[in-house]
Amino acid sequence: MQKISVLLFLAWVSFLFYAGIALFTSGFLLTRLELNNHSSCQEPPGPVFLPWGSQGEPGACWMASRFPRLVLVVIDALRFDFAKPQFSHVSGEPPVSLPFLGKLSSLQRILESQPHHARLYQSKVDPPTTTMQRIKALTTGSLPTFVDAGSNFASYAIAEDNLIKQLTSTGRRVVFMGDETWNDLFPGAFSQAFFFPSFDVRDLHTVDSGILERLYPTMDSGEWDVLIIHFLGVDHCGHKHGPHHPEMAKKLSQMDQVIQGLVEHLENDTLLVVTGDHGMTTNGNHGGDSELENSAALFLYSPTALFPSAPPEEPEVIPQISLVPTLALLLGLPIPFGNIGEVIAEVFSEVEDSQPHFSALAQASALHLNAQQVSRFLHTYSAVAQDLQIKELHRLQNLFSKASADYQQLLQSPQGAEAALQTVITELQQFLRGVRAMCIESWARFSLVRMAGGAALLAATCFLCLLVSQWAASPGFSFHPLSIPMAWGLIGAIVCAGFLAATGLKLDLVVLGAMAAVGSLLPCLWKVWIGWGSKRPLAALLPMPEPVLLLLLIRFAGFFSDSFVIAEARAAPFLLVSLILLLVAQLHWEGKLLPPKLVTVPRFGFLTPTGPPRHNGLHTLGLGGGLLLCIRLAGLFHRCPEETPACSSSPWLSPLASMVGGRAKNLWYGACVGALVALLAAVRLWLRRYGNLKSPEPPVLFVRWGLPLMVLGTAAYWALASGADEAPPRLRALVAGASVMLPRAVAGLAASGLMLLLWRPVTVLVKASTGAPRTRTILTPFSGPPTSQADLDYVVPQIYRHMQEEFRGRLERTKSQGPLTVAAYQLGSVYSAAVVTALTFLAFPLLLLHAERISLVFLLLFLQSFLLLHLLAAGIPITTPGPFTVPWQAVSAWAFMATQTFYSTGHQPVFPAIHWHAAFVGVSEGPGFTWLSALLVGSNTFASHLLFAVGCPLLLLWPFLCESQGPRKRRQPPGNEAEATVRPEEEEEPLMEMRLRDAPHHFNAALLQLGLKYLFVLGIQILASALAASILRRHLMVWKVFAPKFIFEAMGFIVSSVGLCLGIALVMRVDGAVSSWFRQLVLSHQRAGEQSSLVYTGAGSSAREAQSYLLPSCSQELLRPLT
Amino acid sequence: MKDTDIKRLLYAHLLCIFSIILSIFIPSFFLENFSILETHLTWLCICSVFVTAVNLILYLVVKSNTSSKRSSLSYKVTRFLKCCIYLLLSCFSFHVVFVLYGAPLIELVLETFLLAVILSTFTTVPCLCLLGPNFKAWLRVFSRNGVTSIWENSLQITTISSFIGTWLGAFPIPLDWGRPWQEWPISCTLGATFGYVAGLVISPLWIYWNRKKLTYKSN
Repeated sequence: MQKISVLLFLAWVSFLFYAGIALFTSGFLLTRLELNNHSSCQEPPGPVFLPWGSQGEPGACWMASRFPRLVLVVIDALRFDFAKPQFSHVSGEPPVSLPFLGKLSSLQRILESQPHHARLYQSKVDPPTTTMQRIKALTTGSLPTFVDAGSNFASYAIAEDNLIKQLTSTGRRVVFMGDETWNDLFPGAFSQAFFFPSFDVRDLHTVDSGILERLYPTMDSGEWDVLIIHFLGVDHCGHKHGPHHPEMAKKLSQMDQVIQGLVEHLENDTLLVVTGDHGMTTNGNHGGDSELENSAALFLYSPTALFPSAPPEEPEVIPQISLVPTLALLLGLPIPFGNIGEVIAEVFSEVEDSQPHFSALAQASALHLNAQQVSRFLHTYSAVAQDLQIKELHRLQNLFSKASADYQQLLQSPQGAEAALQTVITELQQFLRGVRAMCIESWARFSLVRMAGGAALLAATCFLCLLVSQWAASPGFSFHPLSIPMAWGLIGAIVCAGFLAATGLKLDLVVLGAMAAVGSLLPCLWKVWIGWGSKRPLAALLPMPEPVLLLLLIRFAGFFSDSFVIAEARAAPFLLVSLILLLVAQLHWEGKLLPPKLVTVPRFGFLTPTGPPRHNGLHTLGLGGGLLLCIRLAGLFHRCPEETPACSSSPWLSPLASMVGGRAKNLWYGACVGALVALLAAVRLWLRRYGNLKSPEPPVLFVRWGLPLMVLGTAAYWALASGADEAPPRLRALVAGASVMLPRAVAGLAASGLMLLLWRPVTVLVKASTGAPRTRTILTPFSGPPTSQADLDYVVPQIYRHMQEEFRGRLERTKSQGPLTVAAYQLGSVYSAAVVTALTFLAFPLLLLHAERISLVFLLLFLQSFLLLHLLAAGIPITTPGPFTVPWQAVSAWAFMATQTFYSTGHQPVFPAIHWHAAFVGVSEGPGFTWLSALLVGSNTFASHLLFAVGCPLLLLWPFLCESQGPRKRRQPPGNEAEATVRPEEEEEPLMEMRLRDAPHHFNAALLQLGLKYLFVLGIQILASALAASILRRHLMVWKVFAPKFIFEAMGFIVSSVGLCLGIALVMRVDGAVSSWFRQLVLSHQRAGEQSSLVYTGAGSSAREAQSYLLPSCSQELLRPLT
Repeated sequence: MKDTDIKRLLYAHLLCIFSIILSIFIPSFFLENFSILETHLTWLCICSVFVTAVNLILYLVVKSNTSSKRSSLSYKVTRFLKCCIYLLLSCFSFHVVFVLYGAPLIELVLETFLLAVILSTFTTVPCLCLLGPNFKAWLRVFSRNGVTSIWENSLQITTISSFIGTWLGAFPIPLDWGRPWQEWPISCTLGATFGYVAGLVISPLWIYWNRKKLTYKSN
């Protein structure tokens, strides 16, 4: 019952945190109202003033159609400098030869040969630079918001007005080929479509060759008005190899040929647009808002002359969404309702008319239509939503009416001066740019109430964790007050929800959750406050000792500085190293580190250590040193944040497949497999050391035979994955099949191992033997009469013992069987063995999701947590009868280490750094993005959070485990041999983890305390990132640093809390299994009717020698079923 | 423990602080373009030489009453050599600790080592002067209830505050302020110096305030 209430309480506290996170998120992340209004031909955006009577022309809508047909080529991730012409006129400099430079030479040729037909622009992309958001922006002309950033690969149909909708409603035939994302965004909109899966970023060619097969036949068939082509090869090449790879040059040359071919096939009435949807960073990723991601190329070409002037030397910079109104007006369509882009004025010049006046007038009319449409949108939007700034809105509206009036005036006096025309154009442009700036500014809309509420809920839950965890450490703790208010709060929330649902009010899940949380939190806080004793000072609540508090505070404060968030990969190990040095220094300060002979003060005897040092001091120092070394080595695997250009990422994070040299590749492969084998060997060695490898239980057998299989499978998968490109063609299919099946097999093995572990978690070897072997003493030969008192002292007990044994042997022989003694091995490490085994089973599938060389980090991870546990155990005293405590420094160090491992496995808390390739491990060509992919990517990203959270109970168990190395050498005082045979030296063999079992109440309290302390340390991190994001919400870096950090922290917290509950549940499962094991043992012996005594043996090297001792708790256990 | 002892301690500490101030101003008379930030390594060397010299002078003045047996030349020479070895060892071990803390391994080796040198100057040199090359005595001083005089007590305080200063000095490094003193290892050396000076100031005051509570078993 206590166990269930501990688990329930932890789950409930996690729920409180989730409710706080959800409430905060709903107030913090940007929202923008999507309007469902649509523009139509019949309703122009305002009074029509066209300079000449083009209204009556056939096909004219808001403006006469200039091009009946359009070919729109989207080359994913076509960065501006990929397309930039390379001028070789600087003779002195050697030409820069990068794989991506100057490969699109046909653009350059066209620009030079037909300057009035073509134009290259640098299009400025708004963040987030993910493909779906960009397609949305390229068709609606609006600013997709941040929330969408996560759903890049799970896109949904666009509800807003957009170009495709306008095209289909005016009856144009739209043909699409390329990226599947368009199908999700515009389901059923295309008259003909060829979709190709977009998510497999390793595949450079399928999409592009599929398009090329169908492109020219479709074009020549003429059954289209608008042809949209979306190539993915460049983007995938960037993701897989980065822009600096020779493959990129090939891909761009292919694109160049495509453009060349399209230009040749183009008819005179067709406009060709080639654009990139976003750029890419220097390592080929995108999603953020760095300069390289934000710049894309935009190229316009018409077979007829389009531009009045030759292109400028340096291409003009225009916003990406300018393309939307421009294309709409050129094609004779209404501009989409929600567009806030500004037309590219120069394409509306009348080229045939050499008179500049008419050109400017045409530009002004296009701009005016555009401005009317934007003004209409603003008017509609501000009537529905209040998030635009009123003052700025008024200013802009005044600007628009003035410009509009000027324009009308100009039209009525056609001989108006050139200067007046230019003023009107400038005013209209000012208006459009002002609107854009205002929208960017205010679509970062926050709900302060929800943010404050969420933060307050998080803070209150942290306080609750602190309170209950400290209370659970005190002796007078009881579980009762915890469950009652919890239940009441939940019932209240359900009733409230029912009431709301019955009255038909709109039910917000987030608010409801928050209400339930607050409703249950307040009574619980009150109860606990009373129970804990409100008289005690608050300071007693704080995490102690002070240096740990200081480190936690520094960690807390670090979230408020963008520099520290960016540099967290170095800051977290720094704090961890500080904590470790502090632990060692503290051990020394208290005299526990070094043996007294080194520290003795010659003259004064007052420096006596509080207890004998449990470990050799140098051993502890070695632990600390090894730990620091491991942390430093793990720090070598680190990925640079984009913000620090001077830093260079570790080359070891990339998969082996991307390595060029064969020899180095083989060496690395060997090292990775070596790390796997070392990991396996270390785990087996550890289990053997504590004797857990002897039991015939299925989990142990699985560890012995299944784990090597998993290692083998992983190694084989890596071999295939790293050499897949070099495989001979006829083996391709086999290799592909195997590289899908192998990870599945490993994951399946791991899952079955975990199942076995849950089914039979007690890995105890039972040996029944008659007669305790230990009591047979060895007689040392002694001849001759004793001569001295010393001899007598020696001989007499020997004779006594011998006689006693003889006597007992005779007794035993009189019975049919001697008193049955059961020797149970490794009971002392039964809990931690289960946890370590579970961690190993978890680690292998997680390892598969990472790049090969991360296996070294995983090895380091296991090693350093082992060392840390040992170091911590050296400083934690065992309070035998309980209450047990888990000190704060242990929990903090564990949490710091989880953070450090997050970074050293090559992660960064930003979206472009997510390892998307994890989604393909063991997945065959799937239908795009599924929940499975999300799960795989998620478990790749939060692997360290999961492992450390599941391993958290080890913090409590390890000091007991280390007991076995302790006072083994203490000798029994001589003389009471008679007593010793009755109860042979029960202190000598350590009880280890059975001490926890002896005090189940304290054990449960300690587990609760451990869970709450860990949740507290994680909770202040999420609280700090939430506070930082809300306080600094107008900071320059909020979308780049603080918001992603908050999202990653929140996700990490959720993973950690789930892992923590699982880990604690596992320990409880083992506990329950141990209890039933005892009961079974007792029953079977009762049935035999024997006077039996249960003998418990500790583990370790002595396990083979079968030293057996009575276990007092077990004898109580024996009595329990009888009474 | 008398007030005169505390006074002597205070004067000695003031002398140390004075030597650090001198190391900032004197070299600018002899060297062109000398400033702490730009010619930082030069300053580091000068500062550590100055502080070591003052510590040695203090040692000779304060601890002049050595017995005749210990004043033999060979004893002095071995003792001096031992001190040098200890100092070198401490420099190397500090260097290793800095690297473990995340300092670059290959680049900026000289800078890291000079930081180790200056930290050794602030911590190991006073230890050597006061306790001699006697590692056991060091361990004793830096453990609970281990100090036996106000000198050792002040040594404890200055050493710990130097460490803390160096540690705190690492915090500004990641900030994006772009100041010249954020370069590795300038902020740490400055932190160490400030920590040392703070320790020098604080320890006589702390001892003075707690003089009723402090009872040393020896004197």
